[in-house]
Amino acid sequence: MLELIVNVIEQGLIYGIIALGVYITYKILDFPDMTVDGTIILGAAISSILIVNGVNPFIAIILAFLGGALAGLATGILHVYLKISSLLSGILVMTGLYSINLRVMKTSNISIPNKVTVFSLLGTLIVIVLFIFFIKLLIDLFLKTKLGMLLIITGDNENLVTSLGQNIGTMKIMGLMLANGIVAIGGALLTQYMGFADMSLGTGTLVIGLASIIIGQTIFKLPFIKETTMVVFGAILYNVLQSITLNLGFPASDFKLISALTVITAFIISSNKKVLKLKRGEKNVRN
Amino acid sequence: MLEIKGLTKTFNTASINEKRVFENFSLTVSQDDFITIIGSNGAGKSTLLNIVAGSIPVDEGTIKIHDKDITKLPEYKRSKKMSRVYQNPALGTSPSLNIIENISMFNNKNKNFGLSFGVSKKNIAKFKEIVSVLGLGLENHLETKISMLSGGQRQALSLLMATLTKPEVLLLDEHTAALDPNTSKKIMEITEKIVKEEKIPTLMVTHNMNDAINYGNRLIMMDNGKIILDISGNEKKQLTADKLMQLFKDVKTNSVLSDRFILS
Repeated sequence: MLELIVNVIEQGLIYGIIALGVYITYKILDFPDMTVDGTIILGAAISSILIVNGVNPFIAIILAFLGGALAGLATGILHVYLKISSLLSGILVMTGLYSINLRVMKTSNISIPNKVTVFSLLGTLIVIVLFIFFIKLLIDLFLKTKLGMLLIITGDNENLVTSLGQNIGTMKIMGLMLANGIVAIGGALLTQYMGFADMSLGTGTLVIGLASIIIGQTIFKLPFIKETTMVVFGAILYNVLQSITLNLGFPASDFKLISALTVITAFIISSNKKVLKLKRGEKNVRN
Repeated sequence: MLEIKGLTKTFNTASINEKRVFENFSLTVSQDDFITIIGSNGAGKSTLLNIVAGSIPVDEGTIKIHDKDITKLPEYKRSKKMSRVYQNPALGTSPSLNIIENISMFNNKNKNFGLSFGVSKKNIAKFKEIVSVLGLGLENHLETKISMLSGGQRQALSLLMATLTKPEVLLLDEHTAALDPNTSKKIMEITEKIVKEEKIPTLMVTHNMNDAINYGNRLIMMDNGKIILDISGNEKKQLTADKLMQLFKDVKTNSVLSDRFILS
């Protein structure tokens, strides 16, 4: 039982990293980025093929980040320069990535020998906690820098980025690269954690990320908790909920449906929360 | 100074909705000009500001700032030379950031947006003083998110931020139109103070005839993409709303008469 709980938390933390990537596009850039469904497998593919070929697992993670960033770059170029809508740009790159991922992996799944992952160094849970702590800290710090604030403004008020004399397109591309790079790190860690990379890993990544963000911001919204922390907690809770539903006897194939329903439920709860607040007479100052 | 020469702009070219807004339009704004622009809807006032700012490309003509041709520069590059305040207070600030963060970002305008911290502690005292000029008490709420502020407070900040790094030209696009009369008056007073103290060449589009008369040194009335009235100096000082209305009617009848004359 304890082992099950630890497993759920470990997996939740890894999904927390993926959710942080989605948080950057969805919450900060206001860009629903479907690329992540492909990027997570790209991260997994790059990391697994490198490890199988004897590359250091940490270097494999760094290269996964770069691969993810390239995918983000592709989506950004489609959106910014070819003026394709945000949703479609992501879907196009995600579709293209399917073939690229197969080329990288050469087969539809790869197993990794257990002892050569980043987790073999200090023990699984500690390594995962260190990773997520480090990534979350970097994101928090980044959002306090001038460039980070410019990224926040990009999602907030495109007009203002122009007023500041900066190119809005460059900012969007940068945000997409960063976000997809982080999601690819999540994919790389996930594959090292599970011991295999699989082409079916990616489907629903965006939905899982959204679920984590919305659950986190609905349940853990407290003044002293940072948004990024809420997202990580949301991802853990999401994984807990999922394992509970599985233990209730639902077959694993129902997983995606349950994910979608979880997001819908979370959306309903969070929008009702706003409605309730308004009814209680709290002024909506952002009119 | 700003020089617009031979400007021509047609919307929906070669379609049934073709509308020629400007034809060979020229305007020179000198260094000490604070020009108020009035005119009925569709006269081309806002289009003029959009063209100067670069949100709308021109068909023909040149736009120069200090003899530098900016006609082909994209909007974000022109922003380095000019600032703009919009009618909608939401367009001039970033709601997710707080007051001090917004101001810090504009303090950094035209500089490099790198990985140094957005808000530097040593600037806080300076910004506090700058914000206190507005007289709205915002200097004590620098950590408040913009989304918590009223339209008037946001507009005051937008104006302040637009002029924080002194622009070569300031464009005000009906920037008090969405505010209540009191706030509108306050914002106009702040506008005048900043424009005078910083000596920024300014173009202000307004629908408020009294504002157009009371502020600035030069008044331009536009109709159908043409300047039909250009009053400055003493003549402008003696202007009243009634006189202006009369002038407007006179010019209108004249042009209608000449049209009829041509047609007959």
